[in-house]
Amino acid sequence: MSICNPSRRTILKGLLTTAAATAIPSWPLSAQDNGPKTRAVPSTGDSLPLIGLGSWITFNVGDDSELLEQCVDVMAAFFDAGGRMIDSSPMYGSSQATIGYGLDKLDAHDRVFSADKLWTSNPDEGRDQIDASRSDWGISRFDLLQVHNLRAWRENLETLLTMKDDGELRYVGITTSHGRRHDEFETIMRDYPLDFVQLTYNPIDRAAEQRLLPLAREREIGVIVNRPFQQGRLIDRLEDHALPDWASDVEAETWAQLILKFIISHPDVTCAIPATTQVAHVRENMAAASSPLPDDDMRQRIAETIGEL
Amino acid sequence: MSEWWTYRPEDFLLFSPRVYWRLFELHNAAWWPLQIVALLAGLLLIVVLLTPRPWLVRCLGVVLAASWGFVAWAFLWQRYAPINWAIEYVIPLFALQALLLLGALSSGWLTFTDRRRLPRYIGLALILHAVILHPLVPLLSGRSWQMAEVFAVAPDPLAIATLGLLVSAHPARWAWPLMVIPLLWCLISWLTLDTMGAPSAWSPLTAACLALVTRLWPHAEAK
Ligand SMILES: NC(=O)c1ccc[n+]([C@@H]2O[C@H](COP(=O)([O-])OP(=O)(O)OC[C@H]3O[C@@H](n4cnc5c(N)ncnc54)[C@H](OP(=O)(O)O)[C@@H]3O)[C@@H](O)[C@H]2O)c1
Repeated sequence: MSICNPSRRTILKGLLTTAAATAIPSWPLSAQDNGPKTRAVPSTGDSLPLIGLGSWITFNVGDDSELLEQCVDVMAAFFDAGGRMIDSSPMYGSSQATIGYGLDKLDAHDRVFSADKLWTSNPDEGRDQIDASRSDWGISRFDLLQVHNLRAWRENLETLLTMKDDGELRYVGITTSHGRRHDEFETIMRDYPLDFVQLTYNPIDRAAEQRLLPLAREREIGVIVNRPFQQGRLIDRLEDHALPDWASDVEAETWAQLILKFIISHPDVTCAIPATTQVAHVRENMAAASSPLPDDDMRQRIAETIGEL
Repeated sequence: MSEWWTYRPEDFLLFSPRVYWRLFELHNAAWWPLQIVALLAGLLLIVVLLTPRPWLVRCLGVVLAASWGFVAWAFLWQRYAPINWAIEYVIPLFALQALLLLGALSSGWLTFTDRRRLPRYIGLALILHAVILHPLVPLLSGRSWQMAEVFAVAPDPLAIATLGLLVSAHPARWAWPLMVIPLLWCLISWLTLDTMGAPSAWSPLTAACLALVTRLWPHAEAK
């Protein structure tokens, strides 16, 4: 059985799994007036807008004052459109400092849901790294800290869980991307009290649908979706093709919106975090969560259409 | 790193080309008109290869050491490291290269009196490329001339010109250790530029290959 040519049995099984998943009510979805729809964080019931903001590459601009101001504009448009979660990592160069600069400039410390990561193979450095990240962001505590790419995950997760117990942190999570290490990821999801997992999911990269998303539902873990556009490559690939007419049924005006709608309409996804350098794109991405979302049939159609292009 | 085979060079590129090229624009603006002095210093390399007088070689030792030190501090540390944490590991190597050059050239251990033509011509070509042609690369790539990478101000032309000087230096046992760091930098730079899709990636790669082949050529060592 190849991945490209699934047998009829596999397709049927897949459809049944999706049907079963959607038959169970999803984590509460609500819409703010004109703002993005939100979904509840499973472990607490707090609500989060379905679209957040990534910062890999896009916010790594060093001391370049012109580019720093462009990042502030992106953050301003994000908050204006009702956005909250910004995701970063000590691995992302100067991105954390850029976010801190933007939060200060926009006086947005109380609007942001701060999601950062612990990224070190030396667990003894963990606390110092978190302090440095906190100082870059200019905040007193993070909402969410995630073990980045499962790096030294046993010890680093222990650090984060202790911080949460001590009230120094609201949520704990782990991350992966590109479909890597799903077996190990699954084991950690089963064995540890996680609030969030972060993984890659989009109409092309759907491996998470098999085990991780159902497990997140079972274990009441929130799911943050990274690389919604495969770091822009997916959009580049679709750019030359006309958007299908039926995209207007869910008020998607661009491929980016159609992709995001596919992702956030999965009932187990809490939030997708596209990154961008452009105000127009952040508005477009946020708008994807303010209009109707596709049902199962439409989701299937989106995945098939994009998969064929 | 597990599942290393699933990683691509792009996965390690932390910044966009736009941010990278603007580093040079901001760096040039901050240090103007040092570039003119740097160009003159570049010409000193050519003079040394053509007329390798001991006092000129000693002067060159100071100039090259200062250039490697300056690029390490003003470009790598102040500008590049904030967007690329891996550069922190390269900065000590640049400092070491500065010390090695100072030691080897000002002590007179390294000489340039090898009269054989080919290594000298290739060395001269590399230096001319680094000092004159390399700064013009942005124009060929449709970028602003303000992003020019100038010898002794930016790392690539500095590494290439240093290699140009060293391909005909002897004895080989002193020249080789001095070539390691410039070669390594050319490799790093080629990987970075190639991953960014920059056509100018050929420049550090060709320079490194040419320097390596010339130095390894059986007759390259002076008799
Ligand atoms: N292991 C991990 O923990 C991990 C791994 C990967 C990613 N992440 C997180 O997930 C975030 C998102 O992933 P990513 O940054 O790799 O890739 P992504 O969000 O899939 O793609 C970003 C690219 O998409 C483009 N884009 C954004 N909105 C667009 C729109 N509306 N129309 C057209 N193009 C658009 C952006 O270009 P423009 O700038 O031109 O808009 C940017 O180049 C990261 O920033 C990071 O925070 C985490």
